[in-house]
Amino acid sequence: MIIALIYASIFVIAFIAVRLVSRLMTARKDFTSLKTVTFGDESAVSPDRAATVISVLGIFLIWGAFTGSAIAPIHVPGPFIGDTSFTYTARNPDGQRDRADVAIRVHVVGEDVEAPELAGGDEGFAKNDSAKVAAWRSGLVRVRRNDEGGREDGYEVVQVNGQSIAPGESVAVDDGTVSMTAKGTLSFEPEKGWQMEKIWLPAPEDVWSRLVEIASDGYRNFTLIEHLGWSLIRVIAGFALGSLVGIPLGYAMGLSNFFRGWFDPIVEFMRPVPPLALIPLVIIWFGIDETGKIILLFLAALWIMTIASRAGVSGVNITKIHAAYSLGASKWQIMRHVIVPNSLPEIFTGARVAMGVCWGTVVAAELVAAEKGAGQMIVAASKFQLTDIVIMGIILIGIIGYGIDILMRRAERFLVPWKGRS
Amino acid sequence: MDGLVIDDVSMRFELPNGSHVQALQNVSLNIASGELMSVLGPSGCGKTTFLNIIAGFLAPTAGKVELNGSAVSGPASERGMVFQQGALFEWMNVRDNVAFGPSMKKMAKSESAGIVDHLLETVGLQDFKDKAVYELSGGMQQRVALARCLANDPDVILMDEPLGALDALTREKMQGLVLKLWKETGKTIILITHSVEEALLLGERLLVMAPRPGRIHKEYRLPFADMGVGADLREVKKMDGYSETREEILTMIWDMEEEIMGRAETEQ
Ligand SMILES: Nc1ncnc2c1ncn2[C@@H]1O[C@H](COP(=O)(O)OP(=O)(O)OP(=O)(O)O)[C@@H](O)[C@H]1O
Ligand SMILES: [Mg+2]
Repeated sequence: MIIALIYASIFVIAFIAVRLVSRLMTARKDFTSLKTVTFGDESAVSPDRAATVISVLGIFLIWGAFTGSAIAPIHVPGPFIGDTSFTYTARNPDGQRDRADVAIRVHVVGEDVEAPELAGGDEGFAKNDSAKVAAWRSGLVRVRRNDEGGREDGYEVVQVNGQSIAPGESVAVDDGTVSMTAKGTLSFEPEKGWQMEKIWLPAPEDVWSRLVEIASDGYRNFTLIEHLGWSLIRVIAGFALGSLVGIPLGYAMGLSNFFRGWFDPIVEFMRPVPPLALIPLVIIWFGIDETGKIILLFLAALWIMTIASRAGVSGVNITKIHAAYSLGASKWQIMRHVIVPNSLPEIFTGARVAMGVCWGTVVAAELVAAEKGAGQMIVAASKFQLTDIVIMGIILIGIIGYGIDILMRRAERFLVPWKGRS
Repeated sequence: MDGLVIDDVSMRFELPNGSHVQALQNVSLNIASGELMSVLGPSGCGKTTFLNIIAGFLAPTAGKVELNGSAVSGPASERGMVFQQGALFEWMNVRDNVAFGPSMKKMAKSESAGIVDHLLETVGLQDFKDKAVYELSGGMQQRVALARCLANDPDVILMDEPLGALDALTREKMQGLVLKLWKETGKTIILITHSVEEALLLGERLLVMAPRPGRIHKEYRLPFADMGVGADLREVKKMDGYSETREEILTMIWDMEEEIMGRAETEQ
């Protein structure tokens, strides 16, 4: 909630700043700047690179600020670390009261520290205590244990820092809260601050160093390259098989009544079934090894490619076909020189979608069952609460998916430059 | 017989709702080879249908079409076609578009290259050989379409409003080009147009068609096409008889349009 508000305010501030700066700096003199109608003209909208940079920096800033990272110049308040103290007042069965001090040392999780030493000078039946508590945790402080008569019935702790306390109640003290359990034991919970604990969200540099470590040492018997490479190989194999079958099938459906009639119900039925829903069945039929995964990805790519190439064939302008016939082309030549090239843009669009779907599907399938792969890596890490590996895996999956899409777009521009130009 | 024979051709489209459209009724016509004929008529009178039947894209419901003595049964390279737009292949550059016909016939590259170069020069596109067709203007694209059709050396060239999508100035230049190509190549050309002026300039013979059912209404033989070859077309328009014929045809087509409107109103 707070994070969403901070994000929204960064957005608003950046929006105003970028607009001001660009109004001051640039008097652009290109065609777009001369257009008077820009609202609603899609071609006049191009991504503002300053906004892009601020957006990415903003995400890292928030991430860093909430994890106490070194890369963030400002941090939200962290958990209390250090020594603090409070006092308690006990009452013995005789109705006498005595006060004693409790010294608390709050330390970083996993660090080995000693509880603070007690200063001398301690009269009365309640004796001073000391305890250590890890940040973000809470710890019981058994103050009665060393008190004279502290184990007798009727001996009670009645006040903390002079405020009365009863089982189930709590009292705010310096740097934390003291509460009393149902059995009358005190428990100290230090201030948590706003920062996230490492097992919830590690700092960016922790993720980075984990990446460096895994890139050189590997994780669970496979190197990072192997994990990611296997996922990629599965995607490419499944996509290639799906295209190999789907594209000819789509052509056949676009060119022949019989094929159209025969495969229409199958394709239309399979199209809305998400590939993820097939995972259980594929595992039952083919097991969890490579065959099963590649068949799953094949099915994920198949329908998309079939529909794309069918649309590519149906989309051919009839005047082009007529023109080719009057120029003396045979059916086969029309197929090769008109129908296929004319359908390539559609097929490329389909291929981009299919690669995206396959990449998502392979990760999901590896989450369910695999020995290696990007998805397997993060699900294995999550079982040991290695959140830094999980986050690193998610980021890598995102980067690779984005990279695939960029590559496909490049290839498209290079191979079918006539897309959208007819 | 030499030339194109259209013998008692009728075309009737059965509509899904059970009614039908008589797009052509008993059209008979002989076109000698080398003739330049323009076809005019109100929208929907069956001009495109007529051309599609000659091209072989449609089989008439009655009658037959013969070219040089053999019956037309489908599209073939002896009958070339130039469309209004959108018929060029975007995935080929200008040169490959023009070379499409020859390469379909498996003509050697070395042989077709000469033809292509010559034609591109004739239509004035020698400097655009390697350009993609989508980089050309509409008028240039139509010149590519003309050259592509000619590269196949067809006997008959069929044009369905080939200049309809061009601006007035480009259009006038292209009209001159069509005349020039007609004279240079001696091809039979049938050209459909919506512009009466264009029909007058680009027709040795001018056919006016009437709708519902589609039929030949009147035919003219005109001197303007011959005069226009290599001449200033605006001068031709000042010739004796030009404006009189134009007015006569315009009135004729207006009357037909009004009749259609009237009929449509009484039908309602
Ligand atoms: N495939 C078809 N199915 C049904 N009716 C058709 C079909 N093609 C054409 N028609 C009808 O035949 C008639 C003649 O059509 P055609 O396209 O030949 O007219 P046109 O003279 O070329 O018109 P325009 O000048 O607008 O191009 C029209 O009434 C049209 O509705
Ligand atoms: Mg038409």
